[in-house]
Amino acid sequence: MIELASVVKRFGNALAVKGVSLTVAKGEFVAVLGESGSGKTTLVKMINRLVEPDAGVVRVAGKDVRGEDVVALRRRIGYVIQHIGLLPHLTVADNVATVPRLLGWTDSAIAARVEELLQLVGLPDVGARYPEQLSGGQRQRIGVARALAAKPELLLLDEPLGALDPITRLGLQRELARIHKELGLTSVMVTHDMVEAFTLADRIAVMFRGELRQVATPHELATQPADEYVAKLVGLARDQAELVRSLA
Amino acid sequence: MTELLRGLPPLLAAHLELALVALVLGTAISMPLAIAASSRPRLAAAAIAVTGIIQTVPGLALLALMVPVLASIGAPPFGFAPALVALTLYALLPIMRNAVTGLQGVDPAAVEAATGMGMSRGQVMRLVQLPLAAPVIAAGIRTAAVWTVGAATLATPVGQACLGNYIFTGLQTRNFAMLLAGVAAAAALALTLDAILAAVEVALAGRRRSRAWIPLAALALFVAIIVGVLPRAIASSGVDVVAVRPDAAKRQAITHVRIGAKTFTEQYVLAELVRARLAAAGISAELAQSLGSNVIFDALVRGDVDVYVDYTGTLWTNVMHRASGPARWQVLAEIEGWLAHEYGIRSFALGFENTYAIAVRRDTAQKLDLHTLADLARVAPRLSLGADYEFLGRAEWASVVRAYGVHFARSATFDPALLYEAVERGEVDAISAFSSDGRIAANDLATLADPAGALPPYDATILLGARVADDPRVTCALAPLHVPVELMRQANAMVDRDKQSASTAAAWLLARIDAPACDR
Repeated sequence: MIELASVVKRFGNALAVKGVSLTVAKGEFVAVLGESGSGKTTLVKMINRLVEPDAGVVRVAGKDVRGEDVVALRRRIGYVIQHIGLLPHLTVADNVATVPRLLGWTDSAIAARVEELLQLVGLPDVGARYPEQLSGGQRQRIGVARALAAKPELLLLDEPLGALDPITRLGLQRELARIHKELGLTSVMVTHDMVEAFTLADRIAVMFRGELRQVATPHELATQPADEYVAKLVGLARDQAELVRSLA
Repeated sequence: MTELLRGLPPLLAAHLELALVALVLGTAISMPLAIAASSRPRLAAAAIAVTGIIQTVPGLALLALMVPVLASIGAPPFGFAPALVALTLYALLPIMRNAVTGLQGVDPAAVEAATGMGMSRGQVMRLVQLPLAAPVIAAGIRTAAVWTVGAATLATPVGQACLGNYIFTGLQTRNFAMLLAGVAAAAALALTLDAILAAVEVALAGRRRSRAWIPLAALALFVAIIVGVLPRAIASSGVDVVAVRPDAAKRQAITHVRIGAKTFTEQYVLAELVRARLAAAGISAELAQSLGSNVIFDALVRGDVDVYVDYTGTLWTNVMHRASGPARWQVLAEIEGWLAHEYGIRSFALGFENTYAIAVRRDTAQKLDLHTLADLARVAPRLSLGADYEFLGRAEWASVVRAYGVHFARSATFDPALLYEAVERGEVDAISAFSSDGRIAANDLATLADPAGALPPYDATILLGARVADDPRVTCALAPLHVPVELMRQANAMVDRDKQSASTAAAWLLARIDAPACDR
């Protein structure tokens, strides 16, 4: 579904992404894991061309994205970011309806879709409200609903849960997993949270200083880390879990 | 008082129209620039710097500057056009600055999300950036509206009717009721616009954007009443209102004339005198008051003004660029021939002089034994001089300095309306005065003789522009006017000292001068 082949991105003199190749199969949930500055966000933004690679090729559904109309491409790919970016002057329903409206759907089709999506994210009654009247977790659910509005097959999530409290976060992780499965999406999520990646992803891609260190299932990652950095990451998560267990 | 209030609506309408057109133009220019600049920091800095520099030019200077600028590019340099250009330039900065700030201040997450969702750059601007920046942009337009309404009062000296007409005339004739009426009307206009635009701003900042239409509808209604309904209602009640400008250069019998006046009392009185004479001959007239000294002659040449009164000395030095010297009759004759030959302008001397003179308080003159400018030169290094805006820069003053070697310890410029008070209160010891000014006698001042003839003669002369110069009814009405200096001084004093209106003084004058009636 998605293929990144030897992509490179330079910002001034700094190499943000140093020749990374990654393939995501249809229906797969891949987490791109790394600390800030590792190039993980840059890598994912190449998929919807918010970032253009300096070298290498990005293909979506087999087609080189450079050959596609950038606006049309983005409307086929759902996009969720940490700061959500709901438009404060529009109601929740109008926010969710943004892309269908750009695509010229009929009013009745839009209304039906909005209702369906609000149901899907568990907030059926907030359509008439404004973003500022919602909690952080509710807003991010609306962010997800908006990303899914035009029925994309592909969902990109850039640290979508980074700013939420742990309880809300756990709830939303479960929601995301459910929605991913229910709609048969192909999802790529950027995160710096090891446990979140373990919880959600079919496969995890570990980025470190612009390089892809390992791509593997959570189980493989835990049992056969490719290098010291990955081993350290896994070790840290394990230490935390053990610390909590020892307190009980 | 009722006369005062009746004259206000057309000025209010012209004022609002000028300010609003400038505001709309300013917005139309600023917004595309601000949108282009919002993603280009260097362009934004340059645009704000340039508009900021324009803002530092004093309003009056910016307006006056537009006259030669427009003339040099062949645009009409008189009236609406220069006022509009200057006010539009004035409106740019607040609108641009707020728009750039507002657009740059839009939550980057909203822009990223919108872009990532598949909005084109134009859609992001239209659907996200502009709506989110709208309250800040509206605040900028509101600031510009208040500035523009205020600065529009300065459009009077370039020949555009506005509330400044009341303010300038009120100041020059010391008619404080008139001055206050002009100021209060301008302030009320500014406050009303500000309140309405504030409501728009609040509506835009709130969630229910659609409510912005309520104050906008109020604005439209307000404008419609002031510009459309009020002046017409007054007109139908039979009061003379500034009429629409007639098409220039029609070689038919003249039925409408535009009279110009400079910025002092005598000019207002004589303009009213001319108007009354024309009215008696069946010719309607409108007044363009408080025009700058250089603006008014150019306006006459261009046909924007048909008639006004000037003084031979001014024409001799400022327009013809001649040195002082010849006798009074010789100057008059030369000017008459020169104007007719160069511009097709006809001139009729009114028979009195209003020359520049140096005046001191009578007690000062006695104490220091001052009779002539030569006496003054002796003690001048211990004295101070007050002058109107022009005097110290004029050839006449240079000529006085050359002839008598006068050097004052200190000199200051004042508005002509305040000069006489300044010398009376002892702020300054001597002032530049006009010999026909009623306040010379009223304030007990003494004018000093000019034995060397350094100051050229200043015969008051009616000038007729080419369009009306050959019209028999106009010339019949104006050519025979002769005003003795004593009557002129008293008419001026009626306005300056007794607070009569210029038209009352003109009627008084007309009843005392012997001018035959013309056939209608």
